[in-house]
Amino acid sequence: MRGISLHVDEGELVGLIGPNGAGKTTTLSSIVGVVPVASGSITFEGRPLAGTSPEAIVRGGIALVPEGRRIFGRLTVEENLRLGATGRSDADVGRDAAEMMERFPILERYRSSPAGKLSGGEQQQLAIARALMSRPRLLLMDEPSLGLAPLMVNRVFELIAELRSEGMTTLLVEQNARRTLKGADRTYVLQNGTLQFETTAGQADVEHVEQHYFGIESREAV
Amino acid sequence: MTGFLQHCVDATSLASLYALLALPVALVYGIMNLVNFAHGELIMIGAYALFLFGALTLPLWVFLSLLVVIAAALAMERSAFRPLRGASPETLLVSSFAVSYLLQNLALLLFGSRPKSIETPSGLDRVFYVHGLRIDLLSLLTVALSVICIGGIAIFLKRTQFGVQMRAAAEDFTMARLLGVRANSIVAAAFTISGALAGVAAFILVAQGGSAYSTMGLTPVLIAFVATMMGGLGSLAGAVLGALILGAGTVTLQVVLPASLRPSRDAFLYGAVLLLLLLRPDGLVVAHRERV
Repeated sequence: MRGISLHVDEGELVGLIGPNGAGKTTTLSSIVGVVPVASGSITFEGRPLAGTSPEAIVRGGIALVPEGRRIFGRLTVEENLRLGATGRSDADVGRDAAEMMERFPILERYRSSPAGKLSGGEQQQLAIARALMSRPRLLLMDEPSLGLAPLMVNRVFELIAELRSEGMTTLLVEQNARRTLKGADRTYVLQNGTLQFETTAGQADVEHVEQHYFGIESREAV
Repeated sequence: MTGFLQHCVDATSLASLYALLALPVALVYGIMNLVNFAHGELIMIGAYALFLFGALTLPLWVFLSLLVVIAAALAMERSAFRPLRGASPETLLVSSFAVSYLLQNLALLLFGSRPKSIETPSGLDRVFYVHGLRIDLLSLLTVALSVICIGGIAIFLKRTQFGVQMRAAAEDFTMARLLGVRANSIVAAAFTISGALAGVAAFILVAQGGSAYSTMGLTPVLIAFVATMMGGLGSLAGAVLGALILGAGTVTLQVVLPASLRPSRDAFLYGAVLLLLLLRPDGLVVAHRERV
């Protein structure tokens, strides 16, 4: 990965798309401090993140919905949910948990069951709810629709749209280019570890991107 | 019938000691992928601490010795394993071997090669007879300590917020950190528990054997390792189950083998372990992990 430059403004839903191996997940992993950054800088609300531990970064207001969901299969649904609030010390955690269960009824229904028993789509809802439990000021989502049934994919994109209308600042990494381009305020296109270009929302862009997506011509990184 | 019950009593006592040995090894492995061979040397340090503080009153003697082992466990993590955090399990295993030999030789240097005999509180060797069953106080104490320690840890892991964080870290350490769980606190807690259980095990082993020596941690850690493997590396319940089966198996073989074969009991025991691992390579309780 090199020569990447991207930014997400407050309240924006920004997409990051590109084929497998383009460096999408690596980008998110560097933001949360799991993958070291060789050169360059990452800042959040004006503060540099490089050299900080992952736990310090997420405690600073960033939450990640990771690729593959990574819920804790042997812990109960409720334990998973509450772990999302690990960095919080306020008294509202219980109320937020209750709100999440209202928003995602499946979590209420299986609150005491091992989370590993949930289906893929249910686990994805848990992963999103868990991330929201930290009341993040920046939400990172890594392939939230990957491996889900079509109906569930719709539900996830609806949810992303809901969060956007609530003003959640989100960086959405997706392989589903069409739906990301449609839903996001802006979208970056990654290929072979470099940024290909940046778009704003709109149908015209979709075709434009698809042309490049299949490697018709290569461009300088933006 | 009495013979069978007697055998159950003996098996329970041995099995609970094994569980005390296996649980900390499984806990540390689950959280940091470290098979800590130097856990045996924590037991050895506990035994030497019991030797050094032998002149004190009973509560102070036990408390200080426990404190020394916990401090040693934390120092071990800080100096040897924290710099290697995230290294491959092989690297961690080899460094735990290095720590193990280093500590053994340090003990040799400090205390010499002859075992230091330790006087245990009188009365621990007292024997009761209940309906013809022979029960000694030390066995009873072993079972009680094991139940208290393991039960206490289970409640801590289930009921407290920090315990839930530890279980999450044992399942997926990086993901736990990505939710804000502090890696250093979790690992330090795992080593604190590890040290405390090593201290308790040291007390029982010293009460049984009456001495401290540099290589005394070797057999216990091997038993812990085998029990953990049997249960399925990374599963705490599995480690306890593995320990119980290994302990019960040892006593059973001791009883059922003809006298001429008894000296080679361990050959039969570990042969059976080998067979189990051939049939279930992942152990009895498969620690399933969410990996996509």
